[in-house]
Amino acid sequence: MSQTFILNGKETPFTPGQMILDAARNGGVEIPTLCYLKGAAPTGACRICCVEVKGARSLMAACSTPVTAGMEVTTNSELVHRARKMNVEFLLASGRHNCLMCEANGQCKLQDLSYFYKITKLQFREKDEKDIYPTEDQNPFIVRDFSRCILCGRCVQACNEVMVNRAISQGYRGAESKIVTGGDSPYNESECVFCGQCVDVCPVGALTEKKAKGLGRPWETQKIRTTCPYCGVGCQQLLHVKDGKIVKVTAVEGAQPNQGRLCVKGRFAYDFIYSDERLNTPLIRQKNGEFREASWDEALDLVASKFKQIIASDGPDAIAGVSCARSINEDSYQMQKLFRAVIGTNNIDHCART
Amino acid sequence: MTNSFADFMKAKMILVIGSNMTEAHPVAATFVKDAAIGGAELIVVDPRRTDLVDFAKMHVPLKVGSDVALINSVMNVLIEENLYDKTYVENCTVGFGELREKVLEYPPERAAEITGVSADTIRALARRLASVKPAMLMYTLGITEHICGVNNVMSCANLQMLLGNVGFECGGVNPLRGQNNVQGACDMGALPNVFPGYQRVDNADARAKFAKAWNVASLPDKPGMMMPTMMENLTKGKVKAFYVFGENLANTEPDIHHVEHCLQSAEFLVCQDIFPTETTRFAHVILPAAAWSENDGTFTSSERRVNRVRTASVAPGQAKPNWWIFKEIARRMGHAWTSSSAREIWDNEVSVLAPSMAGIKYRRLEGDGIQWPAPNEEHCGTPTLHRDGKFTCGLGVLKPIDWIPPAEVPDEEYPLVLSTGRRLYHYHTRTQTGRSPGINDLLGEETADISAADARKLGVADGEMVLVKSRRGKVKVRARVTHQVPEGLVWMAFHFREACANWLTNPVYDPITQTAEYKACAVRIDRLT
Ligand code: SF4
Ligand code: SF4
Ligand code: SF4
Ligand code: FES
Repeated sequence: MSQTFILNGKETPFTPGQMILDAARNGGVEIPTLCYLKGAAPTGACRICCVEVKGARSLMAACSTPVTAGMEVTTNSELVHRARKMNVEFLLASGRHNCLMCEANGQCKLQDLSYFYKITKLQFREKDEKDIYPTEDQNPFIVRDFSRCILCGRCVQACNEVMVNRAISQGYRGAESKIVTGGDSPYNESECVFCGQCVDVCPVGALTEKKAKGLGRPWETQKIRTTCPYCGVGCQQLLHVKDGKIVKVTAVEGAQPNQGRLCVKGRFAYDFIYSDERLNTPLIRQKNGEFREASWDEALDLVASKFKQIIASDGPDAIAGVSCARSINEDSYQMQKLFRAVIGTNNIDHCART
Repeated sequence: MTNSFADFMKAKMILVIGSNMTEAHPVAATFVKDAAIGGAELIVVDPRRTDLVDFAKMHVPLKVGSDVALINSVMNVLIEENLYDKTYVENCTVGFGELREKVLEYPPERAAEITGVSADTIRALARRLASVKPAMLMYTLGITEHICGVNNVMSCANLQMLLGNVGFECGGVNPLRGQNNVQGACDMGALPNVFPGYQRVDNADARAKFAKAWNVASLPDKPGMMMPTMMENLTKGKVKAFYVFGENLANTEPDIHHVEHCLQSAEFLVCQDIFPTETTRFAHVILPAAAWSENDGTFTSSERRVNRVRTASVAPGQAKPNWWIFKEIARRMGHAWTSSSAREIWDNEVSVLAPSMAGIKYRRLEGDGIQWPAPNEEHCGTPTLHRDGKFTCGLGVLKPIDWIPPAEVPDEEYPLVLSTGRRLYHYHTRTQTGRSPGINDLLGEETADISAADARKLGVADGEMVLVKSRRGKVKVRARVTHQVPEGLVWMAFHFREACANWLTNPVYDPITQTAEYKACAVRIDRLT
């Protein structure tokens, strides 16, 4: 039998070991979070998830407090909301949260919370400009804007506990706190392997993608699920598409097999398709060795007639082909069908072994 | 793979052999690392100290190409010390007697000489492996890219069957496929001996079935040529026309000089691609194709999962979907094919003709895809093959296998072993990653990775340009001194044309699969000054 606790006055079941956050969610009550990262050990860093627990001396972090039988939890009291709001106000003053100029505008948890708490002006003095670490974007893919970092630590958890790349950690102390690489060097001179998972989990605009900058707001892009074109893992991606162009790639959360993860190629090597070097017309080699442009009809007629001629003179086995291990199944199917059923040979292979 | 990626994180014992997963399959590697941090035992068998070794309980740095000797010897210990799974072997396999006899020829002391791994380490490896069940074995091209690639694969299977590890979640024999759809291209019958779904072309019933479906009187019954034979036959005039779809053979195949000579010899070379490549230079006709995300379709991943690929942007200029191009050629040769989208091809042809994929239809692929076999539309796919040791074809066959050395081993003139592979930031010949802005900034050139010991012997400094030579060619490349590479080994990739490892590699092949021995040839390093 499952045990119960009292959630906002209602008896609610939970499983032993479950944190208040999850038990409440199962009971239909959402508690806001900032630092909590599913699949990583909760750190209790941001206190946005605070709730009242009867008998406790202070508010408790729902993400890291286990439920006990009979525990009385209140998630929506005046006290709770006041504490959360003040928390948000502190965070807003901890850097420069000018949404207008932020790439994360529209998908920022801090922005959402500020909106929810109807915050219209800063309550605390903003951190001094000179105390904010300068933005670091020496590398080709990731912008680290420390003026927006709320030190929630999700990036550190993603890098260490999820991807296990161990490139970044919490550095320095107190007002000087900063997320750092080993030796506090730029990403491209560190252990970072550019999986971009830290960007994916950053709840605000502190970590953003360089290539996506200015190309589309989250509400303007269409999200299309697809499969990564590189290795054989088959990671599931979401293509963020605006005006028929991919502006960014993220992982499909919770999907098999990658469970929200991607590597550098899956996340950042998508835009080769827009290279000006793409072949965009059939080409036929001329006598002088140079290629000239041709129509589809001309090129395909040439291929078909050449094949027919070779079949007539040397037999179908004088034609051979290799299919592509990068392209879709349906293309390989068609090619082997062309060779077997039309040309009449089994001389069809691909680089099956690499 | 017999098993699924979802098993990686849950596995309790993991044996990674010949796979530099953190670079070649980075996301799969994250699950292995997660498992190791969570307490799973990880054993890495690899000549190089790959990044996964940081997480391993044991690293077994065997000599390049000695895998069979090592595995035979591990099995020798398992049998001698009674550590293998007798019940499983009795109930689920055949051939134990012959296997036993063979592996008794490989006591650890003998294997130590071949592999360079001490007899004690071999014993420790065997005992450790036998201590947790099931153990999950993963391999990549370090196993297959040898003249004995098939033997290496069978050895992995022998080991896992002897340990009773095949047919269970978090067990099995798991090749991580290199390319996104190499599994699918095999499944679709882009192989000289099988139709889609691995139905053999020399089987009359299969031929009759496909002939009927494809509306032709008959189909060829003789298995065709594999790629290396095709290329060889171009030079002999036995193959006149060669149709290369999406492969950059001039960089990917061993011994580039020879490959280019083959391509040059084609009377008629058709290249269908998305970019001009080193290979298209030899073409007579180049057909521009639509790329990933420019048409709908499916890829099949290493775990046999058929995943959807969707359209996001339009192809440039007149580039067309590949399936359309093939259909148009067929039409001009007198065959009217009806399917006119990838979805129609899959739903009306592939899934109808390949019994293992009969249950897979596009409408079922909206979410996470389906792992074949999925024989009917109610079937939700197969995460683990050979469930509980019940092999699809009856009993699992244990095969006695002998070790053979690589075709070319170091000698006085070429004293070093060259082994090749890929690196994290680039993919194959860079036709794609090289044109994705930013990637070249992370890795802009090839290096020859060597040990500090060899660097010292050669008087080569880290970062110095050197000449790497083999019997087939030479490249000028920057030396990179790294603790990842053991003494006697040079490691290079094939991402960059100028310093491509394939100017050096040896065009010798596994006799069955014709996989080239990319992982071993003999080279020398000379200083430039
Ligand atoms: S990109 Fe990946 S490796 Fe680099 S810091 Fe972020 S999570 Fe870590
Ligand atoms: S960079 Fe983002 S994820 Fe990392 S600590 Fe700062 S706000 Fe949190
Ligand atoms: S994202 Fe990386 S690991 Fe995943 S399929 Fe693509 S290349 Fe492979
Ligand atoms: S989400 Fe609970 S403390 Fe941050």
